[in-house]
Amino acid sequence: MSTIQGRATRDAYGEAILELGRDDSRIYVIDCDIGRSCKTVEFARQLPQQHINVGIAEQNACGVAAGLATCGKIPFVTTYAVFGSMRMLEQIRQEVCYPELNVKIACSHGGLTPANDGASHQGIEDMGLLRTLANMTVVAPADFASTKALVKAAAAYDGPVYLRFTRDAVPFIYDDQDEFEIGKAVLHSEGTDITIISTGAVLGLCRRAAAQLEEWSISVRLLDMHTIKPIDREAVLASIAATKGIITVEDHTIINGLGSAVAEIVSEFGTVRMRRIGVQDQFGESAPYERLLEKNGITVDGIVGAAHELLG
Amino acid sequence: MRQELVDDTLIDSLRASTKELRKTLLTMIHAAQSGHPGGSLSASEIVATLYFHELRIKPEDPRWPDRDRFVLSKGHVCPVLYSALALRGYFPYETIYTLRKEGSMLQGHPDMKRCPGIDISTGSLGQGLSTAVGMAIAGKRDGKGYRVFSLVGDGETQEGQIWEALQTASKYKLDNLVVIIDNNNIQNDDTCSVVMPLGDLEAKLNAFGLWTHVIDGHDLVQITSVFDRIRDNDSGLPVAIVAKTVKGKGVSFMEDVTNWHGQAPNDEEFARAMAEIEGESR
Repeated sequence: MSTIQGRATRDAYGEAILELGRDDSRIYVIDCDIGRSCKTVEFARQLPQQHINVGIAEQNACGVAAGLATCGKIPFVTTYAVFGSMRMLEQIRQEVCYPELNVKIACSHGGLTPANDGASHQGIEDMGLLRTLANMTVVAPADFASTKALVKAAAAYDGPVYLRFTRDAVPFIYDDQDEFEIGKAVLHSEGTDITIISTGAVLGLCRRAAAQLEEWSISVRLLDMHTIKPIDREAVLASIAATKGIITVEDHTIINGLGSAVAEIVSEFGTVRMRRIGVQDQFGESAPYERLLEKNGITVDGIVGAAHELLG
Repeated sequence: MRQELVDDTLIDSLRASTKELRKTLLTMIHAAQSGHPGGSLSASEIVATLYFHELRIKPEDPRWPDRDRFVLSKGHVCPVLYSALALRGYFPYETIYTLRKEGSMLQGHPDMKRCPGIDISTGSLGQGLSTAVGMAIAGKRDGKGYRVFSLVGDGETQEGQIWEALQTASKYKLDNLVVIIDNNNIQNDDTCSVVMPLGDLEAKLNAFGLWTHVIDGHDLVQITSVFDRIRDNDSGLPVAIVAKTVKGKGVSFMEDVTNWHGQAPNDEEFARAMAEIEGESR
């Protein structure tokens, strides 16, 4: 598994948004001077009438998108996760979520993946912040194919959506034929001992951990929770019933992300114990991506260790 | 101004409408015992001219796709906008007595989902103008003839996002956008000069590429004249109008007094204010 083929999910966004824009003139891209990094250059070149670049002005980008949405457009504000979740957070709250406008916030560089860029560019709090806003849907696809499908699902959904992509290549997991529904987790394996719930690009790690655990005859139920809000409650409840413990894995701070969302359900309805694997309430730094994951225990060994701990 | 072109009937009619706006907005703030009278009163002539003369709107069809848009970026002065909407028949007049009350369409700040005639929800300063820019871009790209007007507070221009929006308006040659600054020189804590001096607004707006006009925002002749002048604007330049106004205009004890930014009149003050507005004859 060491030479896995893959591509960055931002590339999938670039392809999907171009296909969407060609088919539907209501699709707009609002860039903030990082279209090259966020893969909207072809969209801008081929569909200039549906493209706006507001420059380095994210707050304004969000408001412009809201205004466009009131006129029937489907704007995708395109930037990095740090800016899309924090620089324009209050604009999203006031002008997108409160009036429930059909605006999508599409963000590359989610999590620790802009590894060399360092802490300033690593969006590790984004999903948690967006999750607290009423009317917002929060989606982190795992790989190239699921990103294409979920970007299209977001365009078809009438309302605010936050989408998170990776800067770097992540393994191919799904293919073009797989179907995805916002708010519906993908069940990778049934299991009776332990549940692993993944969101975003760490799904590859989780699959490797699950394979190792199966070698120990530990039966793993594996879920891809690409939508952390609205979370697939039924899938979490089923995991509580079916297995003895739940491990959540995310390239995001363990505060208020997938782990917290699952813990909210478990604490109200469950009897199982949990382990939350994610960024340990600390900033990243410039370093290889794998090193950054290691420093936070977001590794195959970390997941396997947590499973053994939970199963005592 | 071009006095020879002045339509006396129009001015008289707008003067009467302005008076009704002021009475209505004070009535609703008094009934709510909460709200922002100062900036509502300073914007009354401008809002009256827009809603009773300039805007192409259909109160019976608030979401008419070809309508002119109005974005109240200084959302806290919604009593003046609600008054205009009530008087134009967007909702029953008695609704004004529900301002800021539970379940009301007249929320403390404008809510487009609840209130007919509100083109965008606003209230957090600095944000509305960006949405107006988005609407104007959509109008241009769709080949629609509508225009977008946005009323911005002078203190609100302290928000950096206002200037982000203006540079975008300029870049995309939004000559279908009209930005009106209610330049009453008072904000929440004190005068703008004390809190954060605005500098030369006209020069700043010109530098951002807007076709800028400075008028007396209480002079209906000047307001209608400037609207006449910009109506068929095809210069590629967005328009800015700096309206020199007096906060609390029309009620002597509220004029130029910071406290009346966000304070409701008691019964005695309300009676005096209504009497003054009723007796006003210019």
